Amino acid sequence: MGRISALLVCLALALGACGGQPSEPAAPSATQDAAFPVTIEAANGDVGIPARPERIVSISATATEMLFAIGAGDQVVAVDDQSDYPPGVPTTDLSGYEPNVEAIAKYEPDLVVATSQSGLKSLAEISIPLLVHPAVTSLDDAYTQFEQLGVATGHVANAAEEVAKIKSQIQDVVATVPEFEEPPTYYHELDNTYFTATSDTFIGQIYELAGPRNIADKADKAGSGYPQLSAEYIVQADPDLIFLADSECCNQTPERVAQRPGWDQISAVKNDAIFDVGDDISSRWGPRVVDFLKIVVDAVGDLELAHQ
Amino acid sequence: MNADVRPTGLRLTSLLAALLVLAGALVVGVLIGPVPLRLSGVLSEGADRLPFVHLSSGLSDQQSAILWQLRIPRVVLAGLVGAMLALAGAAYQGVFRNPLADPYLLGVAAGAGLGATIAIAYGPAAAGWPIDPLPLAAFVGALVGVSVTYALGRANWSGRTTTTLILAGVATASFLTAIQTYVQQREDDTVRQVYSWILGQLTTASWREVSLILPYLIVSVVAIVLHRRLLDMLSVGDEEAGSLGVNTQRVRLIIVVAASLGTAAAVAVSGLIGFVGVIVPHTVRLLFGSSYRLVVPLSIIFGAAFLVLADLVGRTLIAPAEIPIGVITAFLGAPFFLVVLRRSGRLT
Repeated sequence: MGRISALLVCLALALGACGGQPSEPAAPSATQDAAFPVTIEAANGDVGIPARPERIVSISATATEMLFAIGAGDQVVAVDDQSDYPPGVPTTDLSGYEPNVEAIAKYEPDLVVATSQSGLKSLAEISIPLLVHPAVTSLDDAYTQFEQLGVATGHVANAAEEVAKIKSQIQDVVATVPEFEEPPTYYHELDNTYFTATSDTFIGQIYELAGPRNIADKADKAGSGYPQLSAEYIVQADPDLIFLADSECCNQTPERVAQRPGWDQISAVKNDAIFDVGDDISSRWGPRVVDFLKIVVDAVGDLELAHQ
Repeated sequence: MNADVRPTGLRLTSLLAALLVLAGALVVGVLIGPVPLRLSGVLSEGADRLPFVHLSSGLSDQQSAILWQLRIPRVVLAGLVGAMLALAGAAYQGVFRNPLADPYLLGVAAGAGLGATIAIAYGPAAAGWPIDPLPLAAFVGALVGVSVTYALGRANWSGRTTTTLILAGVATASFLTAIQTYVQQREDDTVRQVYSWILGQLTTASWREVSLILPYLIVSVVAIVLHRRLLDMLSVGDEEAGSLGVNTQRVRLIIVVAASLGTAAAVAVSGLIGFVGVIVPHTVRLLFGSSYRLVVPLSIIFGAAFLVLADLVGRTLIAPAEIPIGVITAFLGAPFFLVVLRRSGRLT
């Protein structure tokens, strides 16, 4: 009985909140930027935002980067302990992994952005809108998050501009990708126990733009997208390029990788083709995705030059 | 738990059989891996290393590197860690006369976990470390854990009961785990790494790890093997052992220190691999009797064989991806142990 009535309440709320509001951003216009309340179709259902938020709390490092990129930085009062970009963000000791609703509520937010709903459901009870933007699996999903943040914060036009800018930058960078006879292979290292990301992940899709083939794709029978590889296999797969996303977490450097036993047999090690992509830019799907892509494309380009 | 009286001949046969099993496990472990290597190539590579033999194996440099620098050290490390954990489990069970005792009982695991977590959370700040701080921190943490337990439990460590020490271990472990969880939550980007360490791993095994732990393991194994008869005496009760002229306190201390030292070293390089320390000694008891003269050497041998095979499954089942070794030991170990338990028809 209780469950049914709860369901009815939800339905009623959803209908009420949805009434006549655009849930997808259309062509940007000044009037739309001021059009609150808005409802956003996010991962946690329809999120209603009654007025332009002025006290945003972001406990997602990617969302923080996006908010500042679309000009909503002034409206952000607190970000989590992992948010460190752009410089000067209001970093606090809030945690995005183990969120504490009371600690968040202390900042009296009128909008909270997070990557997961877990631990945050009680925000609804104190009427604080929660926008869940989970890790994406494609660039298009990342663009949608930009646009939704634009709607949520009253920066629809800025968000559209940012998306257009990223798209054109990606196009420019991709245009410099050389033609391959045989595409080079790569290994993207997430930590020093050989966890990696396959082509099915967001990370993998960035690489696909640059053309190299992922050595981990065969390894992902579990389908998680993030398998742990055997060292033997990495040596045998003999990647032409190694990208380290574990320089901060695990203190790995190209020199250290080169010293690993048996790794001197790998082409990437022999040819000094080991690159530090930074733990953060390669794990966030925000505005700096272009920087990540540039490192990859430059690496691929250098490799092709060396071949000629 | 009366010591079975077995003729020497039978004991030798059991030991030989166990060694054959271990040899088989080692051979299979070296021959099979995520990268297929030709059998003849591996065999002639091995023969080539013998004195006065010069053979061309037909393996490429790459395959040779995979064999000698990745696969063989990993098999060896798995064997050493498995032997040590099983031996330490057998020793603890004897010293504490408690079938549930395992090598992690006295705060080794919690201490190592705290050390590892601190290294993972704060280690990177000390960039430019010449060595990986993780094994060192785990080793120190494990020793601190046991020492604290011992210092707390010793006050009341009468010859009659070891309960105080076990309880001190439980309290110490809870306390250290609480700190570990706190650090982990404060530095929450480290959660996945800490978790992966706790599940145990041999993924990054190399000769360096082997040489790091070997000295500690030798000391530990020698000390326990030399005291295996005294473990039998302890098992009949302290008063009886005392009346036979055994200094039970001293024997306990030596065995506990030796087992903890070896466990700390094993844990430092492989993380927390569960279950080996409990099921291997008990399986040995069920199959070969409970005399420590046999349980101690057989636990070493079967512990090594078990972990080599468990790791083989971990690195080949979904190859070229890996399954954490701790998952395999419990997943294979628990049903296997239940089968042995049922077939033997008794609960030791």
